[in-house]
Amino acid sequence: MNISAIIFYLIAAFILISGGLAVTSRKIFRAAIYLLFSMIGVAGLYFWMSYEFIAAVQIVVYVGGIVVLIIFSIFLTHHVGSEMEAPNRMRLGFSFLAVLFAFAFCIVTILKNEFVPGLAAPVDLTVERIGTQMLSLTEHGYILPFEVVSMLLLAAMIGCIVIALKIPGATGSTTQAQS
Amino acid sequence: MAEITLTHLLFLSTALFFIGAFGFLTRRNMITMLMSVELMLNSVNINFIAFNKYLFADRLDGVFFTLFLIAIAAAEAAVAIAIIINIYRNYQSIDIDDADSMKF
Repeated sequence: MNISAIIFYLIAAFILISGGLAVTSRKIFRAAIYLLFSMIGVAGLYFWMSYEFIAAVQIVVYVGGIVVLIIFSIFLTHHVGSEMEAPNRMRLGFSFLAVLFAFAFCIVTILKNEFVPGLAAPVDLTVERIGTQMLSLTEHGYILPFEVVSMLLLAAMIGCIVIALKIPGATGSTTQAQS
Repeated sequence: MAEITLTHLLFLSTALFFIGAFGFLTRRNMITMLMSVELMLNSVNINFIAFNKYLFADRLDGVFFTLFLIAIAAAEAAVAIAIIINIYRNYQSIDIDDADSMKF
């Protein structure tokens, strides 16, 4: 067993353990921090596969963006330190069984399939090459999805503002009706 | 055992996906359900990068799909949190069982 394999197993154990704690921890703030560690582990896995640009994007967007957003919304909606109530036994058992069988099915399918590695020489993954191909208009260019994603992000940004906007009259009456 | 193959990476991403699915089924809190969805999206990204590295090393398609997935996941998380904050304002709770006024 060489050093690269040992590093892979360490990263995999780190990702799976912190991911498992993130979905089972009863304190919501701790769950968010475990999610943060899991994301950092995934970025480490990209470094291990020598996809440095993707690892950098993973750290910037997930660790620096999404997890901070989640922690921010936890502070807006929860009393810090309070525990969530445990899910009932029946739901826990049936969910575990469903997930276990689906996992076993997927693993059996993966083990049955034989993957034939590509014979072509690997390309060097420089940021320059990624940027050139993403914005090129030729056959393997990705300019159209790039523009579509930019429109999607603009729509999501405006949609967030509209949804989270406080309308003084409307929300007050709904709150009255509920309480 | 000595060499890490594609199967090892697929095992890791499958395990991470079903950890996320387990959280999505058992949690009743909207923010923790969103966190489970993020774990599942991450496992999909690992899959794309692993297939790109081991089977199609001469191309960059897996990298682009991963980049677009990360952008879409960010947009999805932002919209989901806006909806959660709006629900909290109307129901004073983000438990999934409390928001039931559209049930019949």
